[in-house]
Amino acid sequence: MHSIIRLIEQIGDHTLNYLRETGRMGGFLFNSVICIVSPPYRFFPIIKQIEFVGARSASVVLVTGLFTGMVLGLQGYNTLTRFNSEALLGSAVALSLIRELGPVLTALMVIGRAGSAICAEIGIMRNSEQIDALKCMAIDPYRYLVAPKVIAAIISVPLLTALFDVVGIFGGYLVGVLLLGVNEGAYFQGMYDSVTWQDVHMGLVKSLVFGLLIVWIAAAKGYYLHLERTQAFGAEGVSRVTTDAVVLSAVAVLVWDYLISAVLL
Amino acid sequence: MSGKESALAIELIEVKKSFCGQKVLDGINLSIKEGQTTVITGASGQGKSVILKHMLGLIHPDDGIVRVLGQDINRIGKLGRRQLRMNFGVLFQNVALFDSMTVYDNVALPLREKNTFTAAQIRANVEEKLAMMDLHDINHKYPAQISGGMKKRVGLARALVTNPRIVFFDEPTTGLDIHRSNEIYRLFHRTQKELGYTAVIVSHDVPRIFKLCDDVALLAERKIQGHMSPNEFQRSDNPHIQAFVQTAMGPIYSSQKEELAFNA
Repeated sequence: MHSIIRLIEQIGDHTLNYLRETGRMGGFLFNSVICIVSPPYRFFPIIKQIEFVGARSASVVLVTGLFTGMVLGLQGYNTLTRFNSEALLGSAVALSLIRELGPVLTALMVIGRAGSAICAEIGIMRNSEQIDALKCMAIDPYRYLVAPKVIAAIISVPLLTALFDVVGIFGGYLVGVLLLGVNEGAYFQGMYDSVTWQDVHMGLVKSLVFGLLIVWIAAAKGYYLHLERTQAFGAEGVSRVTTDAVVLSAVAVLVWDYLISAVLL
Repeated sequence: MSGKESALAIELIEVKKSFCGQKVLDGINLSIKEGQTTVITGASGQGKSVILKHMLGLIHPDDGIVRVLGQDINRIGKLGRRQLRMNFGVLFQNVALFDSMTVYDNVALPLREKNTFTAAQIRANVEEKLAMMDLHDINHKYPAQISGGMKKRVGLARALVTNPRIVFFDEPTTGLDIHRSNEIYRLFHRTQKELGYTAVIVSHDVPRIFKLCDDVALLAERKIQGHMSPNEFQRSDNPHIQAFVQTAMGPIYSSQKEELAFNA
């Protein structure tokens, strides 16, 4: 009997904690959005963050995109030759990249490179009272710290996704056309015939949503470091919330990938 | 120090606060006059910094009122709090300088974010405050490149750069040797005289801090046990104050036996 009561207590405790955290995250997003849409608008911090989130992620996105396209070219060719449909390689590569792999893999790269850094940076600022210092200087931490990062991610992630798609298509071309001998015209004509605005739109919507998700989760996890139930403070606390932020962002990206696909298809 | 009668800068009325079911403050009453220097002292872990954070509006009380410059800081909303905090300067215990910014940018930040100053005004103001702190030729250095004492002085320059009405000091000499501590006290004394701000200092650096303040408040057993001038404080017959003063001002060991046991 005692253990059943304890179990119920634990379930209740976890539920309450989950609701509290959801509320906090919701409030964080609301405050960030209010700061984004309300003046004063300042462009220099946004450009600085675009450089951090976008430009510095470009190299890793280039490499990932190239090899993803090459793998798609190789796997696609081997599958399509079974049905004598190698000519469809271009459309297979392009559709896979534009609809799914481009937005998702770009988002995962940005999570690993920029999301983790954002979470750690804000977590350290929380630990060292820098966020309290901002408040005491009458500076809104949402406006100063979070809003430029959110805007930068919303601008950068779609651009990085476009870069990933283009480089991926080139990777597929390298393997499919130059290495395995698929007709060049068929590769590009198949792509031209099959890719519609709807596909591009889906990729764009996904990358916009992923950009928002990445910074929202990373920044909120760092910002609320002191309220974490794990009660780990200092360096350990920062490392723990950073890991949580990376895992949660990656899962959120995959869940939202499915939801957006289900709605837009 | 100023002995004049003046309006209240800060007023705490029956403030109560618990963390995870543990009572930290249990009915705190404290009034701080404008233009005066008040030290909140007490043993470590008693909740002195918690009181300071209530005054800054960083922590909300479970019960009670925190009135700063005539406004209830917990009932004026986010925007009202931001307006009110424009009158604050804070020197945090670990200074809380922004590591990725130079000394100059750290001190200039509060002015830049106000959006009401030109670049020339900001430069003049920052350089004036850095000079006031005897800091020269370190504008382009990062916090990691300067000493602990310098960091404190940069923190003090940042706290004063907006010419605030109230300046809060959370353990201003923690981690500093006696010479650096004296330097901070000297700078505090000079700037307080020049700028005339109300100072709230959380410190257990007793009795040295007595020389600089108008009032001392002792926090013990979750309550303010006494709030009076340093002279009255040292003569008080309140048992908590007596015990604190004896510990703070007396010998390190209460008996030769204790000293021998420690050294063994």
